[in-house]
Amino acid sequence: MSITVPERVWWKPLDKGEKLWVAIALTWCLVMFIMMPLWHLQGKQNAPSETYRVSADQFEKAAAAFITQYRVGEEQGVPVVAPPSGSDIYLVARMWSWEPVLKLEKGKTYRLHLSSVDLQHGMTIYPMNINFQVLPGYDYVLTITPTEKGEYHLICNEFCGIGHHLMVGKILVV
Amino acid sequence: MSVPTAFRTCPTTGLKVHLPAENLIKANAVVAVVFFLIGVAMALLVAMTRWPAVHLLGDEFFYRALTAHGINMLIFWIIFFEIAVLYFASAILLNSRLAAPKLGWLAFALMLAGSGLVDVMIALGKADVMMTSYVPLKAHPLFYLGMILFAVGALVGTSLFFATLVIARRDRTYEGSLPLVVFGAATAAIIAVVTIAHGAIIYIPTMLWSMGIIEHIDASTYRILWWGLGHPSQQINVAAMIAIWYLLGALTVGAKPINEKLCRTAFVLYILFINLASAHHLLVDPGVSSTWKIWNTSYAMYLAVLASMIHGMTVPASIEVAQRRKGYTKGLFEWLKKAPWGNPSFAALTLSIVIFGFIGGITGVTFGTEQINIISHNTLRIPGHFHATVVGGTTLAFMGVTYYVLPLIFRRQVVAQALAKIQPYLFGVGIVMVSLGMTFAGSYGISRRHWDITFAGATLQPAVDPTVYLLLGIMGIGAILAVLGALLYILITVGTVLAGKKTG
Repeated sequence: MSITVPERVWWKPLDKGEKLWVAIALTWCLVMFIMMPLWHLQGKQNAPSETYRVSADQFEKAAAAFITQYRVGEEQGVPVVAPPSGSDIYLVARMWSWEPVLKLEKGKTYRLHLSSVDLQHGMTIYPMNINFQVLPGYDYVLTITPTEKGEYHLICNEFCGIGHHLMVGKILVV
Repeated sequence: MSVPTAFRTCPTTGLKVHLPAENLIKANAVVAVVFFLIGVAMALLVAMTRWPAVHLLGDEFFYRALTAHGINMLIFWIIFFEIAVLYFASAILLNSRLAAPKLGWLAFALMLAGSGLVDVMIALGKADVMMTSYVPLKAHPLFYLGMILFAVGALVGTSLFFATLVIARRDRTYEGSLPLVVFGAATAAIIAVVTIAHGAIIYIPTMLWSMGIIEHIDASTYRILWWGLGHPSQQINVAAMIAIWYLLGALTVGAKPINEKLCRTAFVLYILFINLASAHHLLVDPGVSSTWKIWNTSYAMYLAVLASMIHGMTVPASIEVAQRRKGYTKGLFEWLKKAPWGNPSFAALTLSIVIFGFIGGITGVTFGTEQINIISHNTLRIPGHFHATVVGGTTLAFMGVTYYVLPLIFRRQVVAQALAKIQPYLFGVGIVMVSLGMTFAGSYGISRRHWDITFAGATLQPAVDPTVYLLLGIMGIGAILAVLGALLYILITVGTVLAGKKTG
């Protein structure tokens, strides 16, 4: 029994059923492993990313300059920004807002700079359900190409204090 | 050193029971159940807030209750119980004395002081930081101190387990290899040492930072190190749970491992590879490259998954063999039909295997791939996964073994047998509903750790798919069933310890 000492020699060959099961399980493990890098290349699902160190001050300055340059309006007190395709675009996460509202063009590629100026946040593109972790001190640069027109909300998925559930932003794809 | 009067012989199993070890097992198990009760109360409050039709708590108390729920369940309940399991698996199963029982009481005191401190800090509103306490979210220094004291206590308890293995070997209390259950417990203990080391590396500087002595803790570094604690601590649970699966197989139907080599190799695979799960939490993080993510979430081959697949076959197979040996050989499934379904320990064992394997395991392994992780990270799919592993799997297995601990260690006959028979089913069905409700709601992008999915009061109003309300209703009703099952477990346990008929 498993609560008593096993017989003196317990290193015994596996029987046929056991071997078969281990082989099936091992094959499954290999499929899982191969699929992850393969889908990375084939699936176009994981945005190519780079990371740079950045201070909250630096990031806020860069974002403010970006907002002033491409500002086209305002929604609920949040600036709406329409940057040219191929440009570096900024999204600031803070307690408890996403700034600015980004107006992007379908099929155009942008370099999205993502960082937090206070706590850790999480960006969910909703209801598409794509998630990225947003950390203070890190400039997370994602190369993105919107593929469908529409209005997408950004919600925060990492607990960031009492107003966490109020942290909603927006991306417009036109 | 060993005094003959320090032992009694168990009339049921014939095992020599070291009385100081027995007292420590009792103390740790009782305190575990107390923390379980706190966790259950918090669970009800949290679930009744996340069910939009009820939306019970205000935002502040919701986040506080959620912090308390996570820490009391995942850490205090489970680790106190595991320390009891470690003492049982070393001293009792090996017919040995427990090394240094006084240190065992020191470990117990440290863990109790630490967990008490943490709970007081949470209750005072000084630590609304969730179980993960991601920096720069800051708690009171005493919160981190409580965590450190608890971890040191757990490390002392784990060391006693290893010391007892050495003593038993030296005193020749058994001949040959360790029994499989002890081998599994040793696996859990080895993983525990690695886990607690990560805890010390990250909590000590974080405490100093919250005291103002250290100026800065890097958010990404914190996440890497904290998850070296966060996920492996759940792997301690996996290893302990599987050791208990083998134990319950033996106790309920007299199952023997069909091939010791296969079972033990699988435990060794856990030690070598299971740490990979900690990198799964960083799959959408900045700061680590895709290559790092792919390597560290698979170590090239998912060999820890292979280990679970092996146990998932060997445990049921050993039960089938034992049942067939009893003459239940008609057709493919007579052995299963004639299994002791009315024995709460067998019911808990079976439900634990099924819920852990088919819901917890499959969701966990798939979320661990980069592509599925990007759509599941920090959504309700994540708690949907771990309520199937840690609650439907580990907690249910612990409940099952409790029905043997009560007569064998506390020497009391289990009270309310009729209720005990339905308890695992009630809890199991409830937790499956919780898990599936959360998992499917999460696939609609609903966040975990979120007070209000309707975003009432926010400047912008995202539309929520109405299906989500149905799914969260399923979660809510499941939570009520699971809480009833849990309360029944607590009542039966406490009732037995206080008022059960004495045996032996």
